[in-house]
Amino acid sequence: MSNKSALNADNISVKFGGLVAVDDVSFDIPENSVISLIGPNGAGKTTFFNVLTGLYKPTSGTVTFDGKDITAKPPHKIAQAGVARTFQNIRLFGLMTAEENVMVAMHSHLKSGVLSTILGTRKQRAEEAESKKIARELLEFVGIGGTADKFARNLSYGDQRRLEVARALALQPKVLLLDEPTAGMNPQESKVFVDFVYRVRDEKNLGILLIEHDMSVVMKVSERITVLDRGQKIAEGTPAEIKSDKRVIEAYLGKSAESGK
Amino acid sequence: MKISLPGIRKSKAPKKAVAGFDQAKWIRGFSIAAIAIWIFYSFVVDLLPYEVSSVFQKWMPATTVNEALVWVICALGLNIVVGYAGLLDLGFVAFWAIGGYVAGWLMSDFFQQVSIHLGSTAPAAQRGIHISFWGVLVIGGLVAAVFGVIIGAPTLRLKSDYLALVTLGFGEIIPQIFYNGENIGGFNLTNGSKGIAPVDNVGLFGKTLGPFDLDWKYLIFVSLTALMVFISLRIRSGRLGRAWLAIREDELAASMMGVPLMRSKLAAYAIGAVSGGVGGVAFATHVNGVFADRFSFSISIILLAMVVLGGMGNVWGVIVGALTIAWVNATGLPAIGDTFNSTFGTKINFPSYNFLLFGGILIFMMLYKREGMLPESRLKELLHETDDETSNTGSHS
Repeated sequence: MSNKSALNADNISVKFGGLVAVDDVSFDIPENSVISLIGPNGAGKTTFFNVLTGLYKPTSGTVTFDGKDITAKPPHKIAQAGVARTFQNIRLFGLMTAEENVMVAMHSHLKSGVLSTILGTRKQRAEEAESKKIARELLEFVGIGGTADKFARNLSYGDQRRLEVARALALQPKVLLLDEPTAGMNPQESKVFVDFVYRVRDEKNLGILLIEHDMSVVMKVSERITVLDRGQKIAEGTPAEIKSDKRVIEAYLGKSAESGK
Repeated sequence: MKISLPGIRKSKAPKKAVAGFDQAKWIRGFSIAAIAIWIFYSFVVDLLPYEVSSVFQKWMPATTVNEALVWVICALGLNIVVGYAGLLDLGFVAFWAIGGYVAGWLMSDFFQQVSIHLGSTAPAAQRGIHISFWGVLVIGGLVAAVFGVIIGAPTLRLKSDYLALVTLGFGEIIPQIFYNGENIGGFNLTNGSKGIAPVDNVGLFGKTLGPFDLDWKYLIFVSLTALMVFISLRIRSGRLGRAWLAIREDELAASMMGVPLMRSKLAAYAIGAVSGGVGGVAFATHVNGVFADRFSFSISIILLAMVVLGGMGNVWGVIVGALTIAWVNATGLPAIGDTFNSTFGTKINFPSYNFLLFGGILIFMMLYKREGMLPESRLKELLHETDDETSNTGSHS
């Protein structure tokens, strides 16, 4: 874990009126690593995610990315800086093709303006062709190369999940936030997904933050795990440490052990 | 993975812009149709026996064709805002009016205080600002775009329904300013309800086109229409067009993918407004003046009906919708009424029922053909998908 930190959240608190959704949480995503954020429902995981991506402004605390303070930046600036995400409930652009979905995320990397688009300059056409090529490569990379011309809404559930990752990768991020990526997957698919996460991490050299409920996935894939409960960070450590942490077992694993998991 | 510019320069540009439509094909088809109509109205009509040509005079006079083209130009602009970017705009008449008044100001002897001539057909002795029609087209488009940004900047943060209401307000305010602008601190800006007339003639290749040179003006208007179609299609297939689509689908996800919402929406507003401004200038030369009472709220609604009935997001649908409604409005309904009345000996005032007819058609279309006459392929997909099992995108939440 000697990797340099890519994204750094310091003492983040989010209050909605009287409700403290996230309470003084500090957090670190190193480069080229997979770390997980777990916790029971309502622990504040997604709220924390939304702070990192600029959707919510934290009541206090700072988010630093790549040495720069991104706390008060609008979502598209944060995305352009290199923080990409997927959504818990898939949010693809349903009536756009898979390829177009990926190309939307390249928006900030493309330079053609309105005028060069209207005139169809050589540079603009070359840029379009190049971005199409990259989009196809990314679709290949996530394993859905054959779906480029299909509308996103017509893809199977698993393919939609993959397309979300391809779209996020098109931002050329340094940090990738995956919000419950295996939700709705069967154990076999989850297994494949774990390998996929490793591949993404290594080939794209990313820091990956995972919110996940599937403990088998979390324990297998994560280098470090942070546990939230009722907005507070109650534990942080390697999977082995987390497994044996009393507070975690009480708050989280204990519950699922009782329910027979 | 790197999108670096040096790499792009090296890679070869494809011969044709791959855009989901064949550019050469539509330009050819459009030109043939446009020129055929021009030849017909310039030459053929005069050769026809009176009985036949009078039928055309009654059912499809050249002036209606020209006016319909102005509607098409404006509807294409509204289509960018409503159809492409998904922003409901109920005040598009404002841009039409702005274009019209730019023409009124810069192409007439209204401002007696000055005497400015720039490539105009007006005699040099005439006072006022006289700028060439072509220059005014550009200026009208640009001024409308500036107003698009001014109106859009504070309002585009609003969500759909609220945005619609605010645009409605602006669509009322701007014509009202023109209507009441004859004494702004002692300065006569708009000549109030009397309007500004006449505007200068259009100069084309050394010719001077007066209000009755309909066939040449037709050529100008149809070229402007083609230009707007071209611009619409090009932008749609490029980077900005994709951003608009994404915003239309899911604003939040789009911003999370690095699409700047405000800038993209403002661009839609400004580019749409250019069309409105250009249409306004064209209309001013068509009716040979600008008159504040013409810019009523109903124009915004008719334009919206054209876009919706024709097929939101599809330029060809919008053109068909605009031509149809403009024709019904200007000629179709009175002509049908005349024929009906003379056949059955009745005295029904058909044109007064035009909003009843529109209302009826709109309800009918919304019930049975929501996607419009020539729908955009994407919307067709959405509205005709009954089996929704595979769709898990929460893009409409």
